[in-house]
Amino acid sequence: MDPRFTCTMRSQSVLGLTFKIVSLGIIDSIGIWGAVSLAFQSSYTLLTLLILGVGTLNVVILSKRAYPLRYLLPGLVFLAAMVVYPLLNTFYVSFTNLQTGNLLSKDTVLHLLDERYYLPEDSSVFDYSAFSDDADALALALTASDGKVWIYETEELREADRSDPALTFDDAGTVQGIEGYEIVEGIDRYQILSRLEALAIPRGDQYLRLSGINEFKAYRKQYTYLAETDQLLDRQTGLLYAPIDGKFTAEDGTQIEPGYQIWIGGENYSRVFGNAAIRRDFVRVFVWTILWSLFSVLFSFSLGLGLALLLNDRALRFRFFYRTLLLVPYVMPVFISALVWRGMFDVNFGIINRSFSDWFGITVPWLTHPTWAKATLVFINVWLSFPYMMLISLGALQSIPNQLYEAARVDGAGMWKRFHRITLPLLMISLAPLLIGSFAFAFNNFTLIWLVTSGRPAVFGAATPAGATDILISWTYRIAFQGGVGNQLGLASAISVLIFFMVGTISAIGFRLTRQLEEVYK
Amino acid sequence: MRPSRSTAKSSQHTVNTRSSGSRFRTPRAHIPRWLGRLFRHFLIWLAIAYALLPVLWIFSASVNPSSSLSTQTFLPSRITWDHYRSLFSNPEYPFFTWLLNTLKVSGITAIGTVLICSLGAYSFSRFRFRGRRVGLMAMLLVQMFPQMLAMVALFLLLKSIGDVVPALGLNTHLGLIMVYLGGAMGFNIWFMKGYFDTIPRSLEESALVDGATPFQAYIRIMLPLVRPIMAVVLIIQFMTSYSEYILASILLRGTEKLTLSVGLRFFTEQAFNRRWGPFAAGAIVGGVIVLILFLPVQRLVVSGLTQGAVKE
Repeated sequence: MDPRFTCTMRSQSVLGLTFKIVSLGIIDSIGIWGAVSLAFQSSYTLLTLLILGVGTLNVVILSKRAYPLRYLLPGLVFLAAMVVYPLLNTFYVSFTNLQTGNLLSKDTVLHLLDERYYLPEDSSVFDYSAFSDDADALALALTASDGKVWIYETEELREADRSDPALTFDDAGTVQGIEGYEIVEGIDRYQILSRLEALAIPRGDQYLRLSGINEFKAYRKQYTYLAETDQLLDRQTGLLYAPIDGKFTAEDGTQIEPGYQIWIGGENYSRVFGNAAIRRDFVRVFVWTILWSLFSVLFSFSLGLGLALLLNDRALRFRFFYRTLLLVPYVMPVFISALVWRGMFDVNFGIINRSFSDWFGITVPWLTHPTWAKATLVFINVWLSFPYMMLISLGALQSIPNQLYEAARVDGAGMWKRFHRITLPLLMISLAPLLIGSFAFAFNNFTLIWLVTSGRPAVFGAATPAGATDILISWTYRIAFQGGVGNQLGLASAISVLIFFMVGTISAIGFRLTRQLEEVYK
Repeated sequence: MRPSRSTAKSSQHTVNTRSSGSRFRTPRAHIPRWLGRLFRHFLIWLAIAYALLPVLWIFSASVNPSSSLSTQTFLPSRITWDHYRSLFSNPEYPFFTWLLNTLKVSGITAIGTVLICSLGAYSFSRFRFRGRRVGLMAMLLVQMFPQMLAMVALFLLLKSIGDVVPALGLNTHLGLIMVYLGGAMGFNIWFMKGYFDTIPRSLEESALVDGATPFQAYIRIMLPLVRPIMAVVLIIQFMTSYSEYILASILLRGTEKLTLSVGLRFFTEQAFNRRWGPFAAGAIVGGVIVLILFLPVQRLVVSGLTQGAVKE
């Protein structure tokens, strides 16, 4: 064997070992660092997932039996984290009330409510002086109205002792200096204001908090959480709040904001199907989504196939050149062509309407009338997708055996007969799955709809933000991120899940068709 | 990677020439051949006009001194490059920032996809291990569902990742790249595996006999042989990420962070009429970049697409 070859081999496997060690080192250190920060934030679900994930990574990298998995690992990590987990989480969210006002977990909400204070009637007022040391640590000297002075230093409150050598008093008895600290006065005080505002210094059952630029007051905590009964007691009013539908609610109906996320079972789904107003929106959007995908595929395939038949002749001059030019709409990024078309179809200023009014004296409400807007969208989508249809048709045409045509010719079949008895059925065998794929793609073609009409024109009286040209996915997007009533993430996820099932059905039909048609072909 | 279409084409050609001889069987024979051919070219040119009209229109708008949609004419009164210059200088319209963001995000995503998916495809194609069939089925299932349907969950996921690691959270390019990489896996691993399966095993086997590890066989033998499919995946993935709108619009917020698709829509959201000129210049630059990337590998990508790839 060539000695050079063995030599490189050996250095390669050293490289392999180094690679293994380095990647393990990186993964584990990231894992440990992540675990520590997650533990500090006490988000234990994510912590468990992280430990499981990093554990699996270690096993896969170290175990000999898992060798093939090492190659799959990088892909699987992204697939699991960015596709599988979000898919599962979509299902979960669709069973909760996640929406504006209910975005946080219950623990977080209780934590937030625990930091709300009220001013009791017997509250006392404190003047204060603020001090800071070289390390920017704060200290306060608080003088109560009865003349007592309190020192707040290193997060502890103590009564000031006049004989304390670390303190300097002036004649009036206020503290002028603390050893090791510089006094913060005048304009400088504004710079530490946000830090002062964040303070809540416990004193007995009271908390001293900043209440004006020059004073502190003694506050009390507003709420006590009664864990046994899962109720919240408002200590100021004495009202009891019970958890109802993700919000703490008193008997008289007052609610405490913010609410929190709770499991509500199939309520989002029953809203889609049960609530007459939402159902009307859903049915309307659904029907248009189907029509939109159907017409887009039908027309673009017809045009694409026609062009493929024209181009499918080796004797044709400039064949490759023509094909390249015809590919331009396919290669142009969708977001660019969509916006260009939107400009051209602009009802008031667009070139199309300006030409129409010059030539025929009419203008057409291309994007503002529901039916016209739909037709325009289909037209634009045909422009975008006919090159793809042409490409796949060309490929399929060339795979049809020529003996079939010759035999048909001998039998006296004309051009049309040859087309619809031989070409079309055979094309369908190879193209049906691709056409179904295109259907599914149009079904979720958010970008085009969104960039051309954004779902407009609006439909008056719609219960949800659903415009006349909204397809299911853009409707979902609006409910989730654009709604006038806030972000209804739970409801949007429920509709996403419904779309999942529809796309799944479409794909399943595609698979079945492939198999069946192949059997026919055999 | 070239499809075997040449044989089919040439035999079809023979059929066509022969048909002119048997004139009583073909109705077209009454029309002179040159006229038929002319008509064919005419129809194709009609389609080309349809395909190119918006592109020519937007190019004309980009060099027209008027920047308003309403005064645009097909032939500009004179040619100016002001709109292109404004791409560098308009603070409301940081076009080049957006373009660089897009190139960065889609470039890294495309390269990452090729590296990661070729590894995965190699494993599925060459190793036999427990869970292989299940894994392949699972990949097939997962890639049927568009990732963007999980938009709410992805938003929440990046939000909570951002609480721990701000560099990977919402409004970061790395976060968006991770999301794109996840979405590209299922389809591309399958796609590449199909091509890997067509490479004979004997080549690597002799390398393995000579003492190479499977990984060395992958790097030294496999990768050079599968370069065409890697190019196809690279270009298709680049174009897909380049045009992606919905996830980018949910996950990116600050003007400085936007990708071109979100940025252009943001810019044209208001006063589209007045901003038509600068928009046109941006559209041309953004489109030409993709055209330049696509044209040299056109044959490869086209044959990759027509080999059963459902991807638009």
